[in-house]
Amino acid sequence: MAIPAIELKNITKRFGSKVVANKNVNLCAYKGEILSLLGENGSGKTTLMNMISGIYYPDEGQIFIDGEEVVIRSPKDAFKYRIGMIHQHFKLIDVFSAAQNVVLGLKEEGKYDIKAVTERVRAITEQYGFELDPNKKIYEMSVSEKQTVEIIKVLYRGADILILDEPTAVLTPQETQKLFNVLRRMREDGKAIIIITHKLHEVLSLSDKVAVLRKGEYVGTVNTSETNEAELTEMMVGKKINLNIERSEPKNSEPRLEVKNLNCVNVEGIKTLDNVSFTAKSGEILGIAGIAGSGQRELLESIAGLQPIESGEIIYHNPKTGSDDELRGKTPIQIRELGVRLSFVPEDRLGMGLVGNMDIIDNMMLRSYRKGKSMFLERKKPKDLAERIIKDLEVVTPSAQTPVRKLSGGNVQKVLVGREIAASPTVLMAAYPVRGLDINSSYAIYNLLNQQKESGVAVIFVGEDLDVLIELCDRIMVISSGKISGIVEGRGADKGEIGLMMTKTDGGASDAN
Amino acid sequence: MQTNEKHIKEPLFHITKRTDISTLKAWIIRLIAILAALIVSGLVIVVITSYNPIEVYAKMIEGSFGSDRKFFILLQNTAMLLCVSLAVTPAFKMKFWNLGAEGQVLVGGLASAACMFYAKDSLPSWLLIIIMLITSVLSGIIWGVLPAVFKAIWRTNESLFTLMMNYVAIQLVAFFIMVWVPNGSSVMGVINQRSEAGWLPELFGQKYAINIIVVAVLTVIMFVYLHFSKQGYEISVVGESENTARYVGINVKKVIIRTMVISGAICGIAGFLLVSGTNHTVSKELAGGMGFTAIMVSWLAKFEPVMMIFTSMFIIFLQRGAGEIAMTLRLNESVSDIITGIIIFFIIGSEFFINYKINKRASHKEAK
Repeated sequence: MAIPAIELKNITKRFGSKVVANKNVNLCAYKGEILSLLGENGSGKTTLMNMISGIYYPDEGQIFIDGEEVVIRSPKDAFKYRIGMIHQHFKLIDVFSAAQNVVLGLKEEGKYDIKAVTERVRAITEQYGFELDPNKKIYEMSVSEKQTVEIIKVLYRGADILILDEPTAVLTPQETQKLFNVLRRMREDGKAIIIITHKLHEVLSLSDKVAVLRKGEYVGTVNTSETNEAELTEMMVGKKINLNIERSEPKNSEPRLEVKNLNCVNVEGIKTLDNVSFTAKSGEILGIAGIAGSGQRELLESIAGLQPIESGEIIYHNPKTGSDDELRGKTPIQIRELGVRLSFVPEDRLGMGLVGNMDIIDNMMLRSYRKGKSMFLERKKPKDLAERIIKDLEVVTPSAQTPVRKLSGGNVQKVLVGREIAASPTVLMAAYPVRGLDINSSYAIYNLLNQQKESGVAVIFVGEDLDVLIELCDRIMVISSGKISGIVEGRGADKGEIGLMMTKTDGGASDAN
Repeated sequence: MQTNEKHIKEPLFHITKRTDISTLKAWIIRLIAILAALIVSGLVIVVITSYNPIEVYAKMIEGSFGSDRKFFILLQNTAMLLCVSLAVTPAFKMKFWNLGAEGQVLVGGLASAACMFYAKDSLPSWLLIIIMLITSVLSGIIWGVLPAVFKAIWRTNESLFTLMMNYVAIQLVAFFIMVWVPNGSSVMGVINQRSEAGWLPELFGQKYAINIIVVAVLTVIMFVYLHFSKQGYEISVVGESENTARYVGINVKKVIIRTMVISGAICGIAGFLLVSGTNHTVSKELAGGMGFTAIMVSWLAKFEPVMMIFTSMFIIFLQRGAGEIAMTLRLNESVSDIITGIIIFFIIGSEFFINYKINKRASHKEAK
């Protein structure tokens, strides 16, 4: 292992005058090795890899391939140096087959011969142990199959250096295992593999070496065999942190929100929710697990009055009046007028929960500006609220008058969650509230959810990290293709079991208690 | 490795987005842009006309500030352009691309002219004026709200719809002029020349004073409406993100329609002022492209009503100055248009340098 397949020396990349995405990063990847690039969200992992694959151009520093200095100015250059990147977001044509997508954009000599391509694709799948039918159309494929097509695409082009950007984010635990097996086979075949991730257990089970980035700076590279989770976390975050979430026993739990036989269809007439029934109880956190796009968004939005509902009931047990209110078919305003204190932290923070170009004060008003008969706005109370949230939740911002789009992801989320909690809800729904957040902010959000639970709120938490769901939630409801495939107790839940439920297609009897 | 460096070609510079820029610095950049524009158009003037550019600029200033009368015309034209700009602003803030202000002003003016033409002096002038105002506002609303209803309910494209409505308005005006003018001429003379029925009266001895006052009041109202009213807040939310609006329970359709009612109504007022206060007649050129110039005024001012006072005055100043040099220096009208074009091009171009910064690359060696 004398010469690294790819080596980066002192790579620096700035965005604007203030943001330094990468600063003096050094990195080596060798043939026949899997290198994990570990770092929190926003630590510059993807930026760094984009510079290798020709999407960005570094401000400073050098890149060496097999010991030769190279300049990669475009994805075409990267292709020339046999570098292939598999992005988080797939770039595939839905109506084409796998084989057609693989050759798309290639300028090969001779006639277009899809049969020969199909054969070569098949040879690649057999060589590395992929499971894929080259003639299957993309729109018929699962997320994991689409990812396979992306990987084969770069292999077909003869890539020797493969970069995978958070490949497991969209996969179930079982699919992840399959992917890892394929990657191991590629390593044996002498490929250099770089995998971007922030999941520690994956790093430890798969890679040979781990390179860590923190806030754009290169921290160091360690051999996986000589390290552990605690050390890697410390490298990532810069200080020791406690990774345990405290979970208290639910107290005085009573049914708060009851969903019965809920059905929804989307604009194309495809069922997004299929006979969903469950009960959310006060003083507990109900987790919702599932592959992204299995109906989580539709479920929360239909409860919040933002989705048309085909059939079913949504019943709110009002703790004050003791009455049972039907929320189905009501607009968000009508729901509020009923006295239902329902707070909702949507998945799309700046596109739905907040207005990016407005300052924190104006964002505070979003929920409350209608109050009062005056036709003019009242900004005093929102201003006080904004200042209180900034202080209590330690929001890092120049002032309350700063547009929220200028804040970092974690601070944006604190503003949103803070506003929703300030409405003193009885039901709090949060969709992927820690997505894109660093470890400290994530734990701050978990704590807020726990506090709400302890004060008797029925919390519904849609999450993607099964480890977190198992640690945080009292019960976990698993959703698969719009159906509830089961509800398990959070304490002592088994990740493998939940993973299987996530891919279950036939639904099965839902155990709604 | 060092020998390799010769072969390495790097991009010369790269562009980065500025995250924050002080207002002062932004204005310095704009000022530099105007100076650069004056220098470039000075060169153009010398090359194609061999006049002294300073003399030409002096004439331009004279065109707007040369006499009391010229100054008042500047104010009147500014007021009318500002009025139309105020009309399009709430729609634009909502990201509803109303390109139909031209037509909305025209039908407003046509409605006023029709009232004047048919009522003659049968009504007291004050009553006629009120009727004219109401019909103009209603016509403007109809022209503005039609595309809004279609957009709100069937998601049609509002830019095309409003643009097409302009042509309908122009032909309507042409049609009525044919009906009204007996000899088949396509030019409508001054209506009620003798009785002055339906003419806005002079104030302080000035013909256009009422126009200016009305628009000044509208500016204040629009400023307060956009910044301090609940409806103005809803407009901003819908403009930024319809999803957020739905999430907080704003009725998006209602806001779109309501805002276009306001937009159309103000265009109607502009049409009324132009007919009743300024021209006392109607023609296809009544709006004179103001519906489109207003878009520029509104954008340049970043949809701020108070800033729009300055941007509209600046544009009128350029137009008046261009006209003045065309007349007194006997320059071709096109030369003045070239100058106006260059200046506006530089101003709009300067926004790029306010939003982005061009960095020279740090060289390889420096990096080490």
